[in-house]
Parts: sequence; C-alpha cells; structure tokens
Amino acid sequence: MPTDAHGHDPAITRDEVAHLAHLARIDLTEAELDHLAPQLAEILDSIASIREVAADDIPPTSHSVPLTNVFRADEVRPGLSAADALAGAPECEQQRFRVPRILGEEA
Amino acid sequence: MGDLTRMSAADLADALGRGEVSSADITQAHLDRIAAVDGDVHAFLHVNAEGALAVARESDARRSAGESRSALDGVPIAVKDVMATRGIPTTCGSRILEGWVPPYDATVVARLRAAGLPILGKTNMDEFAMGSSTEHSAWGPSHNPWDLERIPGGSGGGSSAAVAAYEAPLAIGTDTGGSIRQPAAVTGTIGVKPTYGGVSRYGVIALASSLDQPGPCARSVLDAALLHEVIGGHDPLDSTSIDLPVPPLVEAARSGDLSGVRVGVVTELGGEGYQEGVRARFDESVELMVKAGADVVEVSCPHFRYGLGAYYLILPSEASSNLAKFDAMRYGLRVLPDGVDAPSAEQVMTATRAAGFGDEVKRRIILGTYALSSGYYDAYYGQAQKVRTLISRDFAAAFEQVDVLVSPTAPTTAFKIGEKLDDPLAMYLNDIATIPANLAGVPGISIPNGLAAEDGLPTGLQILAPATADDRLYRVGAAAEALLNASWGGPLLAQAPELVGGRA
Repeated sequence: MPTDAHGHDPAITRDEVAHLAHLARIDLTEAELDHLAPQLAEILDSIASIREVAADDIPPTSHSVPLTNVFRADEVRPGLSAADALAGAPECEQQRFRVPRILGEEA
Repeated sequence: MGDLTRMSAADLADALGRGEVSSADITQAHLDRIAAVDGDVHAFLHVNAEGALAVARESDARRSAGESRSALDGVPIAVKDVMATRGIPTTCGSRILEGWVPPYDATVVARLRAAGLPILGKTNMDEFAMGSSTEHSAWGPSHNPWDLERIPGGSGGGSSAAVAAYEAPLAIGTDTGGSIRQPAAVTGTIGVKPTYGGVSRYGVIALASSLDQPGPCARSVLDAALLHEVIGGHDPLDSTSIDLPVPPLVEAARSGDLSGVRVGVVTELGGEGYQEGVRARFDESVELMVKAGADVVEVSCPHFRYGLGAYYLILPSEASSNLAKFDAMRYGLRVLPDGVDAPSAEQVMTATRAAGFGDEVKRRIILGTYALSSGYYDAYYGQAQKVRTLISRDFAAAFEQVDVLVSPTAPTTAFKIGEKLDDPLAMYLNDIATIPANLAGVPGISIPNGLAAEDGLPTGLQILAPATADDRLYRVGAAAEALLNASWGGPLLAQAPELVGGRA
C-alpha cells in the first residue's frame, strides 16, 4: 500500500475523497469535500493504532458467533404480493419497477 | 388506580390480569402524555394512535374472555424507527426513507403484535443509527427529559427519552456500539443489549450486520426481562439467530442476588477520559456490590483500548455495503439531477443519495468505502478483524476469572445539544465503554447508578456477561438496582424534574 517516506499513509486528500464519493455514488458538493477531507484524515489518524497490535498469526473474526451454513427445507411459502412489493416504488408500470435508463446515450 | 403512565410494565400487566384497568385506558393515558410532552421531548417520529387503541381494545376483549397472549398482553410499547412495521411509516431517521410504509413486519414487531402489545409509535434516532445523540436524525434531535437542552443519547435516544418521560412503559432499541446502553445511561433508564443472535435482526434496517442487536428499553430490570422474553429466541428468518432456548430472564430478574458473585472491574474502562462524577458513582456502586457479598476483583482487558479504532473501521465498512441498497429504484426517495436531460440510473442514484443522506451517513459511507478499497483492505478492515479476535480473547480470559464484568456505561453524562455535533471524534468517544461487547457479541445491561455531583445528571453502570448468559445480567442487575433504589428511597427517575409540556 502507498506510504510516504516515513512509512506513514499520506493523509487522505480532497481528490481521494471525491473519488471515493464517486465509488459510493454520492454527489458531494465542493463545500462538503472541503469539510469532509480533513475530518476523514483526522479519523483515520486516530484509528491508525490498530495497525500495530495484531500480528500475522492472529486469525481475523468476521463474526462474534461461530457460524456454519444454515439451511431450511425448500418449501413454498407466501411472499409479498406484487402490489405490496411495488407500494414504495418511486415509479412503477405494468406491475414492474420503472427505472431511469441504464445504458449510455450512445448505446 | 393512580397515574397509569408512572406504573411499571410489570404492575400494568398485573393490573390488567386482575381486570382493574383496561389496555384501552392505559394506551390512551400514554397517548395523552405524548400529546402533552412530546412537543418538548421529541421522542416520537410517528404516533400510531388509532392503531394502538384498536390493538388495545382487542387485548381487552381477550382479557375479558379470560385469555391472554403473553405476560405483557395489552401493555403499550414504543418502537425505534429502525424496525420495519407493516402499515406504519418507517424512516430510520433518514430523508431517503421519508414516507416509506413497509410491506412487512420485522420479527421483533411481529412478536410484539403476536404478544398483544399496542405499538404507540416510532421513536427518533440518529440517521441509520449512526450517532450517540439523535442529533443526526433528519427530523431534529430528541431532548433529554432531565434537561431539555441536552441529548438523550443515541442512536436510540427517542426510545430512551420516551421511557424516561413516561410516554411509554417500554421501548425497543437496537445496539450496534452502545445505542441501547448509552441512551439508558444518560436518561436514568435501563437498556439491555442481548447476546448477538439472541433477538432476531430480520426487518431491522441494517447498520453493521455483524454487530447490530435489538433489545429492550425500560424503567426497571424486571420490565426489561419481561420484554426480552417476548422478543427473544430463535428466528429462522435471521441466519445469525442463535438456535437455543432463551434463558429464564424474568426468573433471574425476580431472584436478583449478588452473594458469591465474582465481579470484575475492567481496568481499561475507567480512569482517564471518564468524567469525575461518573467515576465517583461507579466506585460507589462497586462498594455497594462488595457489601452485598460480591467478590470484586480488577481485571485487565488490554486490547479494549483498540476497540474504538476497530469499531470505526468495521462499522463503516459494513454500513457502506448495507446502505448501497438505497439506490432510488425500488423504494424510498428518487431525486433527478438538476439540468440533466434523460439522466441515467447511476446519475439518479448519485443525486438521490446526495440529497437523501445526512452528513454523518456520508462520512461513514466514504470511510467504509476507503477501508474496503483495494490496497487498504488488509491494513484497515483485515487488521480490525484481528483486533476483534484479540478483544474476544480478552473477554474469554476475563470470564475464566469472574462471572460478570462491570464498568461505567458512558464516559460522561448527557452533553448539550450541539456541543459535539461537528466533532465526529469527540462524538465517537461516547461509545468507548460499550463497543467491546458488540465486537465480541457478549450481552450487556446499563442500569442507573446515580447523579454526577458536578451537573446533577444520571450516570450508568454497565454489567457484561459471557455470550448466551443474558440471565446473569438480570440477576446481578436486579440485585444492584434494588440496592441502589434503597439508597435513594425510590427509583432514580423519581428525581427527574417534572416536564411542564406545552411546546406542541
């Protein structure tokens, strides 16, 4: 991973925050970017200590309760009706969700 | 019968059982109380008056016919707005879900309905449960009944405030890093985070799926146990639900006992960073337990100090993934970007999330997206998961020496609204003592243990037990509660100022 000459992460930059916002599909304003970038850098700095504690031989825990796959009988059960499922839709048509175009203009 | 809103859920249930009062009267009394004081407290985002009264009348008909569906049949309850409630608006404190009426019930809600509890309404919360004050609610903060200028904790501050202001005898909360226990501590009420998997997450709008856990909010340990037994137990709809019987919690709460109990004081959850009055009340509570026959030792959990860092990587990572479902396509808000002809789905999604999410949600989604990015995953998320292992090992070692662990629930009493709103790090520190339990999945309770001398505001005592030993919380918690109430000559909440009401 990228580090500076002292082996530390460079502080998260405004451009990086803009890129992350794009990945997360959130349109941030210029003011939000100005505000968020230093805050995120400060938060990351405060949690950096965890990178020093855990050695390679420590297994990760994804989940506090040990889990195995959970199965159930494959039986038909009632589900939501189409009307119920569509009740909260921003737009629907012919018992389907109506969505904006998903292809590029040229497609 | 005196003021029905001042009675415990257990006493209300007994009075209903004896036919001395109707659920309709109890429910109406609480709706009247909400109408009188919620303009000031703002615990509720939605009041379900007609629905609650209809359920109350059904309960009364059952009771008249000599039937009841549960110990709490007819006792009304408030539900945190994180729970899907069929036919009742659910916003999770967010604009992105404004006006959404879920087509299904969360399992917790289904169990409340099956047990005959009228749902008074939905309580305020930090947006998507991200916060410790309710100030991140899109609908404005709730106010602490002890001092309306102060926060009632968070994220479940609506539930804690509702119970503390006698607007509801019981409430449902969810606890991902302390969102049931910390609000309980700062409002002088009881909050329990059950063992992870002890209460179903089905229908709870997910924040961090490996940490989230619903649980009871109440004004007494016994009331919390009664509610916990109604909502707890295995649910096939939640694949992380524990397939074991719920331990006898009500029995444990009724047989509170500290004699011979081995109690560990966690070295790392106290001292520097904890308000003086919080420390003083905690030390007193420990002395009280010693006098009652508990065997108290100090226990070190050296990795707890890395808990906050691990939590603020794991939580945003899981949240950024969970909140990806708010895409403006199937339900919730849809905003079209300005000045774009025939916008694409991606442009609509991006504009909708910008308009629909608040500052803290954006902050955590970006942080989680960063922590999960290629090149950073091992250094952040991977390391945080290892710290989680170390914290679980600390708990395991501690519970070899003691039956329960204790600490202050929160490092400070309720702070002023606005004080920490734009200082995320200061806000995150509120959860420093509650987070380790979520990372390890162990259960915890907060009970009121006094008022801090410097500000006269409530402090909380946290008791933690090993996974699936939730009954210990109730046995030890009820014993400590009885000792503390005896020392005050009544419950702490009786010392809260009367709400005048009127700011409708």
